[in-house]
Formats: sequence, C-alpha cells, structure tokens
Amino acid sequence: MALKGKIVVDTEKCKGCEVCIPVCPTEVIEMSRLVNGKGYHFMEQVRENCTGCTNCAVVCPDGVITVYRIKV
Amino acid sequence: MDIIKTENLVYKKTDAMTDKALSYCPGCGHGTAHRIAMEVLEEMGVIQDTIGVAPVGCSVLAYEFMNIDMQQAAHGRAPALATAIKRLWPSKYVFTYQGDGDLAAIGTAETIHACNRGENIVIIFINNGIYGMTGGQMAPTTLPNMKSSTSPYGRDEAMMGHPLKITELIAHLPGVHYVTRQAVHKPTEVRRAKKALRKAFEQSYAKKGLCFVEIVSNCNSGWKMTPNQSNIWMEENMFPYYPLGDIKVDGQLVK
Ligand SMILES: Cc1ncc(C[n+]2csc(CCOP(=O)(O)OP(=O)(O)O)c2C)c(N)n1
Ligand code: SF4
Ligand code: SF4
Ligand code: SF4
Ligand SMILES: [Mg+2]
Repeated sequence: MALKGKIVVDTEKCKGCEVCIPVCPTEVIEMSRLVNGKGYHFMEQVRENCTGCTNCAVVCPDGVITVYRIKV
Repeated sequence: MDIIKTENLVYKKTDAMTDKALSYCPGCGHGTAHRIAMEVLEEMGVIQDTIGVAPVGCSVLAYEFMNIDMQQAAHGRAPALATAIKRLWPSKYVFTYQGDGDLAAIGTAETIHACNRGENIVIIFINNGIYGMTGGQMAPTTLPNMKSSTSPYGRDEAMMGHPLKITELIAHLPGVHYVTRQAVHKPTEVRRAKKALRKAFEQSYAKKGLCFVEIVSNCNSGWKMTPNQSNIWMEENMFPYYPLGDIKVDGQLVK
C-alpha cells in the first residue's frame, strides 16, 4: 500500500524563503519562476510523487502549506 | 484522482494562529515556533484556558498572530507579568515567549527570580544569538568570534565576555522542574519540540514548577545569510555551543 499526497500552497502568503525545499524527501517541490503580489517567488509542487509526509508544511515558518493524503 | 478533500486532510495551519501575515523575515524560525506552540495548545484543548505574554523583540507582535488571550510586557518583564497572571488566575495555562535579548539581557533578573520562585508557568525562549529586531546587535548569547553590528570583528570574549548559557544556569534552581533545548528548522526537530512544549504546559499546569523550553533559532537577516544557509550555520555553530536535548527532567538534572 502506497501513500499519495497533494499539497496546496497559499502562494500569496508564501515568502519564498525556500526552507521547505531541502526537507521534501521526494523532491517534488520547487520555487516558481513567477512571483506573487509581494514579489516573492512562491513554492509549488511540480512533480506527482508527493507522499503527503507533511515535512514541508511542518517547517514552513508562515504556515502556508496544506497537505492531503490518501492510501492507494 | 481527486485527493484534495476534507477527509484526506493531514495538515493545515491551526486556527489557533490568526490569518494575519507574520511580520517576520522570510525563513525566520519565530513563525514555526509560534505555530507549534499554538498547535500544542489546540491538541491539548486548552486554547480558551491559556494566557500568553509577548516580549519586546521581533516577536513583540506575537499577540497579533497567536489566536489566544495575550498580554504584552515591557522589555524583559514577561516572567514578572506572567507571575502576576498565574497567581491571580491559577486555573489558566500561562506562558511567556521571549527572545535572548529580552530574556537573557534586560530581563535577566525577572527570568532568574521567576525560575527561582518556581512559578507554575512555561517560558519559551527563542535563542538566535542576536538582537534581531533592532538591527543585529550583540546579545549575551552571541557566540565567540561571531560578528554582529556591535561586534563587527567578531565577539572578543576577553573584552565582551562569554556567551551566557542562561538555560543551564536556571536549570540548577530548585523551582525549575523541566528544562530542555530544542530547534524548529527541520521536521524531526519540530516534532520533538512540540513534545517538549506539551510536557512543559502539562507539568507547569500540574504545579510542578517552572518549565523552560529553549528553542535555538535562526536570525537570517541579522546573521546576513539566506534562510537555508542560516539553518546550516546554526547546526554547525550554535548547536555545538548550545547542544539540543533535555537538561532537567522531573526536577532532576540529566546533563
Ligand atoms: C527598555 C528598552 N530598551 C531597549 C529597547 C530596544 N530593543 C527592542 S528589541 C531589543 C532586543 C531584542 O532582541 P531579542 O530579545 O533577542 O529578540 P529577537 O528580535 O532577536 O527575536 C532591544 C534592545 C526597548 N524596546 N526597550
Ligand atoms: S508533503 Fe512531503 S512529499 Fe509532499 S511536497 Fe511536502 S515534503 Fe514533499
Ligand atoms: S517554507 Fe513556506 S514560505 Fe518558505 S518557500 Fe516554502 S512554502 Fe513558501
Ligand atoms: S530580524 Fe531576525 S529574528 Fe527578527 S524576524 Fe528577521 S530573521 Fe527573524
Ligand atoms: Mg534574539
């Protein structure tokens, strides 16, 4: 049984700090080339195999990440 | 497959934090420290029964972000104010949230005496080795040879004294029941820090004495690094001087 996850990022509140990037075990998140209203490059999920481990959300200082997970 | 459904939710920002944008620099550990303290209170079901005391420092506005009853104390005086609140209203969970300049410089007397009296409060101590708010001046906790705006060539211990391990100092006081040093820059550390905070809230509420949780944190702006660089620098430089782990458990020194 595998776990499949999906994250939702409040891109307008993301401060582009990149603290979440090194803690993702499956390397599915990156900083966007686009910027939000405050001028920060925001984080986004760019690949599918998120496991919903919550690591990124747990270390995000601004609490902008919501995590969903299902068993497949 | 549609994963984004309420029944599949595994993590969202707690409602015990307000929706206001945090005033902290991108990547600053203050935000994570706030959030996990609020998560712990929510998990304990005591949001309505808790009063926090905010300091002076970058976290002066903590009361804007923590969605609970709060007071804001004069610089360094949070433990004195928390003492009054807890004594007047003993059925409340009471905590302070203080930086190293607030707690270990201007507020040293209040810190030590609240600890010595064994007030049944929690002190959450954010040690980033610097006065973040005012522009990165040297704090009592600044490391040897560490540069700050008032020690531009690095802290010279012969002239400026030694970094103060106030956490080890107060651990020796009999009024203090639980003392631990944690971090919030990595998932494992965050999860461990939450357990420590929960223990601190439970044991101080059970009138065991003062519970003290230091969180060694970054000040990427004051240290003049990117957030990820500052977290690596913290591991390499702060943790050897301020080692993580429990210092006093159940009233007994363990280190
Ligand atoms: C009585 C008084 N003295 C000095 C100051 C200036 N001041 C504001 S914050 C601060 C230091 C804050 O450092 P710290 O407690 O480490 O918090 P940080 O910003 O690093 O989180 C100082 C000296 C003040 N506001 N009030
Ligand atoms: S939940 Fe885990 S796997 Fe998914 S993006 Fe975040 S860190 Fe990566
Ligand atoms: S940790 Fe949070 S604020 Fe920082 S880049 Fe990632 S999502 Fe954005
Ligand atoms: S100055 Fe330092 S402590 Fe203050 S918000 Fe910025 S990074 Fe955080
Ligand atoms: Mg500080």
